[in-house]
Amino acid sequence: MASEKDLNLEATELRLGLPGTSDESAKNQMSATPRSNKRALPEESMSSNATASKNCDQETTPHTKAQVVGWPPIRSYRKNNLQPKKSEAEPSGIYVKVSMDGAPYLRKIDLKVFKGYTELLKALEDMFKFKAGEYSEREGYNGSEFVPTYEDKYGDWMLVGDVPWEMFTNSCKKLRIMKGSEARGLGCVV
Amino acid sequence: MRKKIMYSFPDEVLEHVFSFIQSDKDRNAVSVVCKSWCEIERWCRRKVFIGNCYAVSPRMVIKRFPEVRSIELKGKPHFADFNLVPDGWGGYVLPWIVEMAGAYPWLEEIRLKRMVVTDESLELIAKSFKNFKVLVLFSCEGFSTDGLAAIAAGCKNLRELDLRESEVDDLSGHWLRHFPETCTSLLSLNISCLGSDEVSVSALERLVGRCPNLKSLRLNRGVTVDKIANILHRAPQLVDFGTGSYSAELRPDVLLNLAGAFSCCKELKSLSGFWDVVPAYLPALYSVCSRLTSLNLSYATIQNPEIIKLVSNCPNLQRLLVLDYIEDSGLEALASSCKDLQELRVFPSDPFGAEPHVSLTEQGLVAVSLGCPKLQSVLYFCRRMTNAALVTIAQNSPNFTRFRLCIIEPKTADYLTLEPLDVGFGAIVEHCKDLRRLSLSGLLTDRVFEYIGTYAKKLEMLSVAFAGDSDLGLHHVLSGCESLRKLEIRDCPFGDKALLANAAKLETMRSLWMSSCTVSFGACKLIGLKMPRLNVEVIDETEPPDSRPESCPVEKLYIYRSVSGPRFDMPPFVWTMDEERKVMH
Repeated sequence: MASEKDLNLEATELRLGLPGTSDESAKNQMSATPRSNKRALPEESMSSNATASKNCDQETTPHTKAQVVGWPPIRSYRKNNLQPKKSEAEPSGIYVKVSMDGAPYLRKIDLKVFKGYTELLKALEDMFKFKAGEYSEREGYNGSEFVPTYEDKYGDWMLVGDVPWEMFTNSCKKLRIMKGSEARGLGCVV
Repeated sequence: MRKKIMYSFPDEVLEHVFSFIQSDKDRNAVSVVCKSWCEIERWCRRKVFIGNCYAVSPRMVIKRFPEVRSIELKGKPHFADFNLVPDGWGGYVLPWIVEMAGAYPWLEEIRLKRMVVTDESLELIAKSFKNFKVLVLFSCEGFSTDGLAAIAAGCKNLRELDLRESEVDDLSGHWLRHFPETCTSLLSLNISCLGSDEVSVSALERLVGRCPNLKSLRLNRGVTVDKIANILHRAPQLVDFGTGSYSAELRPDVLLNLAGAFSCCKELKSLSGFWDVVPAYLPALYSVCSRLTSLNLSYATIQNPEIIKLVSNCPNLQRLLVLDYIEDSGLEALASSCKDLQELRVFPSDPFGAEPHVSLTEQGLVAVSLGCPKLQSVLYFCRRMTNAALVTIAQNSPNFTRFRLCIIEPKTADYLTLEPLDVGFGAIVEHCKDLRRLSLSGLLTDRVFEYIGTYAKKLEMLSVAFAGDSDLGLHHVLSGCESLRKLEIRDCPFGDKALLANAAKLETMRSLWMSSCTVSFGACKLIGLKMPRLNVEVIDETEPPDSRPESCPVEKLYIYRSVSGPRFDMPPFVWTMDEERKVMH
């Protein structure tokens, strides 16, 4: 007599959920309105160059959904001012402003989406169309007139890369891509 | 007897007559009667409203209206409020201030909305306008308390400083000290957007104490409830008051003082603030409740029965902003207590939660529409809706001028019939003949747009998200809504056909925003080419739109009419489809 396993009943089993998913996750993916004709939610696009993070953010956990940018339509100051009831529903992120000497506009990035300095620098270079040069602990940034710096929570201006990454994300208040002589001055302070 | 033909009144007489004409619409009408009226009118126009700062250049405004005293400018499109417009897009006020500094030395009022304001701009304002009186920065950003210090110190006759909902780099609470001891002219001060960092309360008290005409004062979250009594005692004439953080360690003497201070404010009609509310301090407000016409509890995380108790004591309430903690039961209480209610806004306390944790449904809104005959303006966040409820609401409230419904989960159908909500919204536009502003949500097909195009003849602003099936939807709106000025759309399957067929309509509107739709780059170029009086801007943060085939849809599109051509301050991720400049930024 063939066992259940041999017959592979699972493959022919009728159940709710996408093929390939188990019952657990299928239940969680069920929406409140089973008949609604929904498209997949658009991808999150908080930061323009964090493609790595885009893939990560598309995974939905059982408790929170992938957030759609700008939906529901609530102003950020309102979101920030509310005390969230559940901490997992709170959108977390370390947003800092980024300016570049000579550029007339500011950008904002989420430090949390980067895993380290390499990713951050690449994103900054893409965002502002510049090259940072080679970083070394002794000499700072070499080979470029642009130097990424940041203001820490004590109000001091530091070179990006001087402290361990975790320390940096915890203390960085804003970023500034300096140009020219000011940059050289900082680069020498080690 | 020969008939004498009267050519015209002398200029001075006409100017005097025109001085009674205040509204922009009427002034504009006057200016097109004939050349001489246009000429006289432009010299005596004192107030200019520019709904899109890129629709006209500062020089053009100054050339036409040389004696302006008051200017209002709006910058970024509305969807910037929800982070859909990338940082750095534009909306800089500095070029305007620079030009006006030279041309309008007697400028008294500047009102800005969604613009980037730098400390440099604020310093220039303080320096350039000797009789400067009113500064309103609504949802602006880019400046710090240093800039505010310059305004405080430099504007000797300042009457109004209103920073509502702006993002301020809060460097130091000491900027308030820069108001000189001689400053006694303040009528209105709104610093509610400033951070939780300490604002100099002693400086605030002194300032409030020496401004006897102060009618409106809105504090920031850094001011705790125990500080309020002293401030209120110094300003019993206040009409509008925004508390700071309505919390502190509960002490009976603080409560008593607070109640006493509130009871001295016989003119108080409007309250707001209430961050971090400690419910035990709410009774201090009871003496004021009977006079209140406006109450903003949208930051107050209080629940029922406190909310119901408060609201039931305010029979004269005309305007209520509240969180969904009020629930259907609270809205029913509101409907029976506040018969003068005109405006209701219910915000979600947990917008990103997957499950509702409050019992706020379509029933609450139905109750209010039934009980409050003067209801005109609604903003309502909820998680479920039915066509039947919307039809009832529409029939109960034919006077709606603004109706914004946000069902939190996109594409949510009628939860009873599982049908789209086309019929419900159709009823709204059919019954509410004076509707000027509408925001849609829920599961919607092209049908709803057919209703809107057919009935919403006075509609000026429409916001659409995750709705419609095809270009037909967009076509209905663009071809049917005669009064449409602003249209903003996100995540809808609207593409080239409707846009190209109705391109001329866009010149009759202020602006069109479309993001995550299916408008192709080629269509954008075509509109830019054919319509020189439209600025067609394509926003793409990932790569230049011409690095892909022309048929590819653009990420975001912003089209607005302009008499000054494409702008020159575009960041790298914005491209203009301008005929002369080709595709460039």
